[in-house]
Amino acid sequence: MGLTKQSMKYNGVPSKNAKNVLGLAGNPNVGKSTVFNALTGLKQHTGNWTGKTVSTAVGEYTYRGETYRLVDLPGIYSLLASSEEERVARDYLCFFPGQGVVVVADAVCLERNLNLVLQICEVRGDVVLCVNLLDEARKKGIEIDLDELSLQLGIPVVGAAARQGDGLMELKAQTAELCAGKIRTFCPKIPYGDAVENALSRLQVRIDALGPFPLPSRWIALRLLDSDPALRGTMTREWGIDLWEDRILRKELELLDLPRLGEQIAEGRICHAARIAEQCILFHCETYNRFDRKTDNVVLSRKFGIPILIGLLLLIFWLTVQGANLPSQWLSNLFSAGGTWLSGLFSAWNAPGWLSGILLDGVYRTLTWVVAVMLPPMAIFFPLFTLLEDLGYLPRVAFIMDPLCRHAGAHGKQALTTCMGFGCNACGVIGCRIIDSPRERLIGILTNSFIPCNGRFPFLLTLITVFFAGENSFAAALLLTACILFAVSISLLASKFLSVTLLKGVPSSFSLELPPYRVPQVGQVLVRSVLDRTLFVLGRAVLSAAPAGVLIWLMANVPVGDGTLLSLCTLALDPIAAVFGLDGVILMAFLLGFPANEIVLPLMLMGYLSTGTMVEAGDLTVLSQVLTDNGWTWVTAACCIVFSVCHFPCATTCRTIYKETGSLKKTLFAMAFPTAVGLLLCFLLARLG
Amino acid sequence: MEEKRIPLCSLTEGEVGRVCSITATEGLRRRLSDLGLVRGTMVENLCSGPFGGIAAYCVKGTVVALRRTDAGKVEVCVWD
Repeated sequence: MGLTKQSMKYNGVPSKNAKNVLGLAGNPNVGKSTVFNALTGLKQHTGNWTGKTVSTAVGEYTYRGETYRLVDLPGIYSLLASSEEERVARDYLCFFPGQGVVVVADAVCLERNLNLVLQICEVRGDVVLCVNLLDEARKKGIEIDLDELSLQLGIPVVGAAARQGDGLMELKAQTAELCAGKIRTFCPKIPYGDAVENALSRLQVRIDALGPFPLPSRWIALRLLDSDPALRGTMTREWGIDLWEDRILRKELELLDLPRLGEQIAEGRICHAARIAEQCILFHCETYNRFDRKTDNVVLSRKFGIPILIGLLLLIFWLTVQGANLPSQWLSNLFSAGGTWLSGLFSAWNAPGWLSGILLDGVYRTLTWVVAVMLPPMAIFFPLFTLLEDLGYLPRVAFIMDPLCRHAGAHGKQALTTCMGFGCNACGVIGCRIIDSPRERLIGILTNSFIPCNGRFPFLLTLITVFFAGENSFAAALLLTACILFAVSISLLASKFLSVTLLKGVPSSFSLELPPYRVPQVGQVLVRSVLDRTLFVLGRAVLSAAPAGVLIWLMANVPVGDGTLLSLCTLALDPIAAVFGLDGVILMAFLLGFPANEIVLPLMLMGYLSTGTMVEAGDLTVLSQVLTDNGWTWVTAACCIVFSVCHFPCATTCRTIYKETGSLKKTLFAMAFPTAVGLLLCFLLARLG
Repeated sequence: MEEKRIPLCSLTEGEVGRVCSITATEGLRRRLSDLGLVRGTMVENLCSGPFGGIAAYCVKGTVVALRRTDAGKVEVCVWD
């Protein structure tokens, strides 16, 4: 999830010589985005799971009359990057000058966080540490001596609880000092043991002779020892000299047992972090995470893991269906009254027929359908989903689903990108940056469109209610859950198919952090999910529905031969569509719905209604009448559901796929592949029915 | 007390071990060390997933999930 206007708007890093630019770095899921939002007042999407921020966001704040720009970097565990988003953060931290870096660390697991802090301190001399989530740590009986920590690390340390807004003023003050150049931090040397230190001092002599370089020679020597190929490329590009090609350095390196030294460097740093932690962290209560452990023992267990997952899905859908019924009716009553009033107004003004046709039958009716059908379920579903996300359940879903991903030859994190796809496929595609193996990332991108995004949700829900479940909202929830399981299975089968045919290879290794459970901030969840997501999606639907309404109305009213342009098109499509259990209008609605999946249902209705029958925006019984009058049976509905799950992704997603893969061929494949699968399934279904 | 060396994936639920060697290749070793898993780190198996093949471990106060194939490349010492 997480596609909001804000996160789309503020992309892009400021130029290298801009003033007062600060980087915001840290491990994944330590509340970086919360700190970012609290400082800048922006609404960058936050959530309790790894890999939510995949690209940088930039925001501004003022302190004592000065404006500061803050760059929110993707979360990383270390500067040894392997995936795309990690590389973005690493390159910023190592090679972007700026005026400083704020490292955010989680007070609850500070020791692990120190590994990254130490690495950043080794590269830069302008670091401030912000120990976030102090409130949570206090609750768990963890006490942190911030002064001692500052002394040990040689950098300013600020304690904070960003969700409550604590410590932010002090952080602003420290960053202001940093930007004014009043703070130069100096990291005490991390002892790496004799073997590494000897090698370092020999390499440093040569590096100093070749230099000067913008980064400390000790750091450069360390990187020569742990030989990161990606870093070598960037260093060569930045400095115009490939150190690995230097004759003397290469000779030195050839004499060394590099893998062994690399291991010792990592061990040395982690031991140093452990020593610091020992002196600065006090655990008052050894069983501080007993609640999480106990919950995990149930939620992740063999016996209850799957039932809980399916039960939660069922519950969410049931609440959505049950809760959306009444408001949907109210809205449609309201809109039909509005329609009557408007048509009265048009006739009172003696408006020409074509004008009232376009505005009233074209635009108004399509828009009101979209709003009446989509708004209530979304306003219920999104907050519920966001609650689960805030709680920290999504990574647990990935944990439970991992064996399926593994069998499908997909990366373990594909379960996470799948979850993102439920919000928006374009987000799911961008989210695939958290997958480091290019092959598996491509699988993730190509199979994401099988996951019904929230634009397709109301469509599925409506068809299920009208044709299969009727008044029984529990049955509707059950069928919708089945629908989701079907979509996920198809996506996994497609991954399997790709991984044994076009994208052969072995699954790469992966690790996944399961964050502590956090109590969601209910108020904020409501505001954020309703404003950011519901209205964003609805707005997109309305924006593309209005012109589509006009187009359909025009097509239905331009006479061609015996019929209209619309009837001509649908008649032409009818024989093809009939093979797949659909009809011409449905197929055309899907084709014209390419800009946004939200408008497929309204387009269909427009198609049917414009051929004679006049119906105001109504509730589901009216809808059911319209569809059955046009020859729909349960087979048509089932085929529609299948085709909605498996068809070409929307325009936004296609554009994103093109941007992410940089290949037109792959984008075309991403369109053709699901469509072929969908048509095949529909064909079979139509034969069976 | 007898010391035994076993692969990490053979730790049973609730069992604790200390990492004594890592045979993984460069990429995985880096990933593991990022999470704090190096020689000398204490690890506890918290639980295995519903289908097996993956397990959650407690490392330095955080919970990390590793696939069985990857965890097999880490050797831990356990005490009877």
